[in-house]
Amino acid sequence: MNEMNEVRKPPVATTGIIGWLRINLFFNWTNSLITLFVIYCLYQFIPWILDWTIFSADFKYNYLGEQITNQEMCSRNLDPENGGACWAVIYVRFYQFIYGFYPKVEVWRVNLAYIMLAFALLPLLYAKLPYRKYFLYFTYIFPVIAYFLLNGGFGFTEVSTNKWGGLLVTLVLGCTGIALAFPIGIMLALGRRSKLPVISMMCTLFIEFIRGVPLITLLFFGMVMLPLFLPEGIDMDGLVRVLVAVTLFQSAYMAEVIRGGLQAIPPGQYEAAKSLGMSYWRMNLLIILPQAIRISIPPIVNTSIGLFKDTTLVIIVGILDLLGIGRGTLADTNWLGLSYEIYFFVSLVFFIFTFGMSRYSLYLEKKLKTGINMGAD
Amino acid sequence: MSEESIISLKNVNKWFGDFHVLQDVNLEVKKKERIVVCGPSGSGKSTMIRCINRLEEHQEGSIVVDGIELTGNLKNIDNVRKEVGMVFQQFNLFPHLSVKENITLAPIWVKKMPKAEAEELAMRQLEIVKIPEQANKYPGQLSGGQQQRVAIARSLAMNPNIMLFDEPTSALDPEMIKEVLDVMVDLANGGMTMIVVTHEMGFAKTVADRMVFMDEGKIVEEASPDKFFNNPESDRTKLFLSQILHQ
Repeated sequence: MNEMNEVRKPPVATTGIIGWLRINLFFNWTNSLITLFVIYCLYQFIPWILDWTIFSADFKYNYLGEQITNQEMCSRNLDPENGGACWAVIYVRFYQFIYGFYPKVEVWRVNLAYIMLAFALLPLLYAKLPYRKYFLYFTYIFPVIAYFLLNGGFGFTEVSTNKWGGLLVTLVLGCTGIALAFPIGIMLALGRRSKLPVISMMCTLFIEFIRGVPLITLLFFGMVMLPLFLPEGIDMDGLVRVLVAVTLFQSAYMAEVIRGGLQAIPPGQYEAAKSLGMSYWRMNLLIILPQAIRISIPPIVNTSIGLFKDTTLVIIVGILDLLGIGRGTLADTNWLGLSYEIYFFVSLVFFIFTFGMSRYSLYLEKKLKTGINMGAD
Repeated sequence: MSEESIISLKNVNKWFGDFHVLQDVNLEVKKKERIVVCGPSGSGKSTMIRCINRLEEHQEGSIVVDGIELTGNLKNIDNVRKEVGMVFQQFNLFPHLSVKENITLAPIWVKKMPKAEAEELAMRQLEIVKIPEQANKYPGQLSGGQQQRVAIARSLAMNPNIMLFDEPTSALDPEMIKEVLDVMVDLANGGMTMIVVTHEMGFAKTVADRMVFMDEGKIVEEASPDKFFNNPESDRTKLFLSQILHQ
């Protein structure tokens, strides 16, 4: 047996590019076969998609050099052999996609709100931001500023929410829903675990009811039934009604996610906090919730991404979000048949936001994990 | 006797469901007294000391700590917990906070101490438990013995009159037990009122003023260490001692 050792070959490389390829892509013949197949598929697909979206696509002018104003002028409709995507529809309708039917004179307010949103998010994205504390104050008051800026008041002319649309509505619904549902969800989760039977039962009922009902039903409920609960003479804005429905929906899910995190906290943490004389609220705010939320980051982001996409359902109660504007454009005889381009664009915008959220959650997980062993000892 | 008692348990009864875990427990602890409680597992010793700071509720009888009777009154419970520090078997440090933050948290939020003062206090406590160099680490980066010493420092930072220890060395590797016991001996010599649930009989012999032996929810024997180890009265105690001393 030992004689075999003399003809033993040197170990294969496991470092460098060759080593990486060998380990990951050509480990054995099945592996190599799959790798080759995938490379072949990519070879077929990538040039085609690049050609369609970029090289043969019309952006503003068609291949004859004319500015495109309707679908008949798209290269791919003039000459099916030649043309790619006809992005001119996005170019022409860009304003609607981003602002809906917001009056052009007032659109600077929306732009300002977008810029302020970016500033409000900064301190959340970068923990090491200089003067982070002051940025955070701004983050807290941003919703109020944004409300008056977008809606009117304080000297701004009022812009009715039925003129809002496109990305503006998507962002308003998504950001408000996520931001409001988080604290409400925390309260519901704590309430459901409360030792006081009335509170626990009320929270459980609320969560189970909201979770048991499809979002669309809640949206109809908000549109049709919410006004019935209000005193006579008070008219609730359509967008606000939808916002209420979306927030309730999201807070029920958030509550369950956070409850999952709460259940992972060992009882010893509660006992230690109590034995130090902490009250219920201090114990939860300082000891329990920071740990529970940390554990729950992936599912919190997951449900948030889910909500962000689910806001597209508002189209059925007549509110035109990004997808709604896209569908509206498709119904326009000028742009009939350009569904590839429109859905591609809408998907891309959603993907950019949701992918950003998912990267943010990874960053948070990494940042909060440093030096912390969440195990028992 | 009851005037000078800082802790007084009278006819305390408690049930977990149908299980009668504490049966007519009576215990008087004087100021600066060091009590070591031992007994087989399931005998109710942990439950008894957890009743003293109301981590468990007793169902019958009375518990008075430093003149405050423990009832459903939340304010009384908060006041008692400010008087009584507790160290757990599993350390129960807060893993998301650094060692220093673990210690300063309660002084800052419960006692409203300014942050700088609390940090100074934390460093003093860490000196006492002999690990000031670990102040900025997280609990997960420390050994078991170090974590337990931080837990002791965390309790001491609230300046309690009474310290409860619930099997503080049972979760430790044998090599680390001594470093924790040393700190506890220092504390005992400093005049702290202590109730310690432990099986460390060496520690008991050194520091205990009185031994309390529990079995099946009852206090079977209460005696000075000398009498307890050399001349115990009850047969149950003799059996227990023979088992843990002559393994």
